[in-house]
Amino acid sequence: MSSETQQILTTDGIPLEVSLKKVERRNKFKAFLLVAPLLFFLLIVYISPIIGMLFNSVDDRMVTNALPKTFVAMEKWDGKELPSEEVFEAFYIDFQKLIEEEKEGKLSTQLNYEKNGFKSIIKKLRRKSKSFEEGNYKEQIMAVHERWSDVEYWRAIKRRAPSYSYSKYLKGVDMYQNQEGKFVQVEEDRRIYKKLWVRTLKIAFYVTLFCFLMAYPIAHLLATLPMKYSNLLMICVLLPFWTSLLVRTASWMILLQQQGVVNDFLVWIGLVADDERLVMMYNETGTYIAMTQILLPFMVLPLYSVMKTISPSLVRAGKSLGGTPFTTFWKVYFPLTIPGIGAGSLLVFILAIGYYITPELVGGASGTLISNMIAYHMKYTLDWSFASAMGLMLLAGVLAIYWVYNKLVGIDNIKLG
Amino acid sequence: MTSSKSFVKFDKVDKSYDGKVLVVKDLNLDINEGEFITMLGPSGSGKTTCLMMLAGFETPTNGEIYLDSKPISRIPPHKRGIGMVFQNYALFPHLTVYENLAFPLKVRKLSKNDIDKKVDKALSMVSLSGFEKRMPNQLSGGQQQRVAVARSLVFDPQLVLMDEPLGALDKNLRESMQYEIKHIHENIGVTVVYVTHDQSEALTMSSRIAVFNDGKVQQLSTPDKLYEEPVNSFVAEFIGENNTFAGEVTDISGGKCKVKLDTGGEIISNPISVKSKGEKTKVSLRPERAIIDPEDKMDNKYKGKIEEIIYHGDHARVRLNLLGNKEFILKIPNSSARMDIKRGNEIKVGWNSHDARALDPKSI
Ligand SMILES: Nc1ncnc2c1ncn2[C@@H]1O[C@H](COP(=O)(O)OP(=O)(O)O)[C@@H](O)[C@H]1O
Ligand SMILES: [Mg+2]
Repeated sequence: MSSETQQILTTDGIPLEVSLKKVERRNKFKAFLLVAPLLFFLLIVYISPIIGMLFNSVDDRMVTNALPKTFVAMEKWDGKELPSEEVFEAFYIDFQKLIEEEKEGKLSTQLNYEKNGFKSIIKKLRRKSKSFEEGNYKEQIMAVHERWSDVEYWRAIKRRAPSYSYSKYLKGVDMYQNQEGKFVQVEEDRRIYKKLWVRTLKIAFYVTLFCFLMAYPIAHLLATLPMKYSNLLMICVLLPFWTSLLVRTASWMILLQQQGVVNDFLVWIGLVADDERLVMMYNETGTYIAMTQILLPFMVLPLYSVMKTISPSLVRAGKSLGGTPFTTFWKVYFPLTIPGIGAGSLLVFILAIGYYITPELVGGASGTLISNMIAYHMKYTLDWSFASAMGLMLLAGVLAIYWVYNKLVGIDNIKLG
Repeated sequence: MTSSKSFVKFDKVDKSYDGKVLVVKDLNLDINEGEFITMLGPSGSGKTTCLMMLAGFETPTNGEIYLDSKPISRIPPHKRGIGMVFQNYALFPHLTVYENLAFPLKVRKLSKNDIDKKVDKALSMVSLSGFEKRMPNQLSGGQQQRVAVARSLVFDPQLVLMDEPLGALDKNLRESMQYEIKHIHENIGVTVVYVTHDQSEALTMSSRIAVFNDGKVQQLSTPDKLYEEPVNSFVAEFIGENNTFAGEVTDISGGKCKVKLDTGGEIISNPISVKSKGEKTKVSLRPERAIIDPEDKMDNKYKGKIEEIIYHGDHARVRLNLLGNKEFILKIPNSSARMDIKRGNEIKVGWNSHDARALDPKSI
């Protein structure tokens, strides 16, 4: 564009651009009014929870406020050996105040997230501290339980000093920040989350792959069959959508269990011995089978909508030019379906990576995913900030996938229908 | 070139899609090598079906098609080596022009060098050199059309099928493409089977035309014969303009017949499909064969009243009420000589009985 475009005036002498904007402003305002309810709704039920989660995952003011004097006293402590009497005294005073306010239970829960074993020794300290004498708190506290003389526990308390921390995120990948401020991995036998992330990605990847392999021929059939048959097939594909997710998963449980229909059939045709019935549930296999079936329509529909637009004359042209059916498929048909493959895969992968109910019911110990862990922390350990951190990591992962996809294929190439 | 042996032969071919209706009925057609043959007919008359059977995308329900004297029903489409231009061009949208043209050469495993040469040649043939890197959607309709033609010819097939290739173009472009395709055909001597429903396209391009209606070939002849000597009233009415008189034969002798018109009056005409007295007939006369102020030796001379004058620039069409036919059209060259051509005036019109063809009474 040239920078010296002359300003064009309307017949009334108003610059054209101004005049145009004035006209468009009304339309824009009307359009905005139309989407305003939706925008409002999204803001309340989608954006604000995410912001809340973000805040929750880094917010550590509870502990900071519970032990104000302790943390002030700890500032001088280098963390190498047991802290001085000063720190113990401050801790005693803070603790007494917490007992008055009946908040010591919350503190013990929080500290227990940081290091296992806090719960019992805080309980004990509460009981014993009633009969404490003035002065020399260090010895009196250490006498309550031997763990109180373990420097590791005091380091754990100090780590909770800042009001905001990203330690939950580190925990989510089995890491923590040691007293020198370095990021280190937790001990080998206590790493659980990394394994779970890898498993989640792996299961999501394979579910996507299986969905693709099964959906491609179905979608092709749907797109090429005469109307009366394709409608019937379409209903078959969509039928699962009309059934509750729970019912579908439950029916997989009936089918896949060791005394279930599939095993019975395999025994009956003699493929499997009666005492060697296959274990297809409460493990990864169950998760694969059930999730593939449940997510299949999300792959079929985008593929179908793309295949529908591919003119049959293109394939005919390929053949008339001498391409064998395979060459024609591979060089002509397949490349044209890539937008559908991209859309379907992205959809299935993103849905699979955050799937919860199905792995919960049929996954057992080896088939659960990261979202089951998030739910576990929300429901049982009540470590919401950790659950929030993991939820956000999942969200970030999904956004990253989306970003990579956009770079590689281009989001405009996606076709959903 | 020996034309005694036909290059493509449809032998008693029938085709039905649903087992109830015959879309193509007892088709017999011989196409010579190097010919430009056009299948012309209204929509739904079975032209595309014939082409698809020849290309191998449909199988004849009955009968056999021979290519170079070999039956082809067992040969799959990709082994027939027949070039094809589709109505919507069917260019591969994800490939460049170069890759589109290289496709048939790559599957034939030609060397990169040969492919480049052939693609170059084909593109210059349709005057699109330099467009190799364009994607099909970056081309205009006419350019896409030419790429499609080039692609169908680039692997040197002996036979090219074109199914309404110009149907989507506007009138001017269509006409210039007609000449271009015709010249390409003349230059490389390939056999072309061309499908269209546009009669003027068929007349300008073809060496022979097969007029289709209702799954049957109504007439197969050269364009001029088709126009001058239609063998039935469908062909007469489908091709060119036509004045018709329905009536009954009252006398037939010496290569002439007298026809008593349903609207009253009697004309002398040329008996083509009528054999005897009393037969119903439809007489067909091309507008340009009727002239005003006829000479004495013409055997049909009548008076008609001018109903309407339609101005066409170089000529005018005059609609007359002649012998009770209110739709009688006359073509008059644009000249200042005739001042009496005015609405409401009566003029004298005449023609030779040879040009008035008494055909079958069936109308479309
Ligand atoms: N694939 C098909 N299945 C069923 N009927 C068809 C099919 N293709 C064409 N027809 C029918 O066959 C008849 C001839 O069609 P077609 O060969 O396409 O005619 P044209 O090309 O002359 O317009 C039409 O009545 C059409 O409805
Ligand atoms: Mg057609």
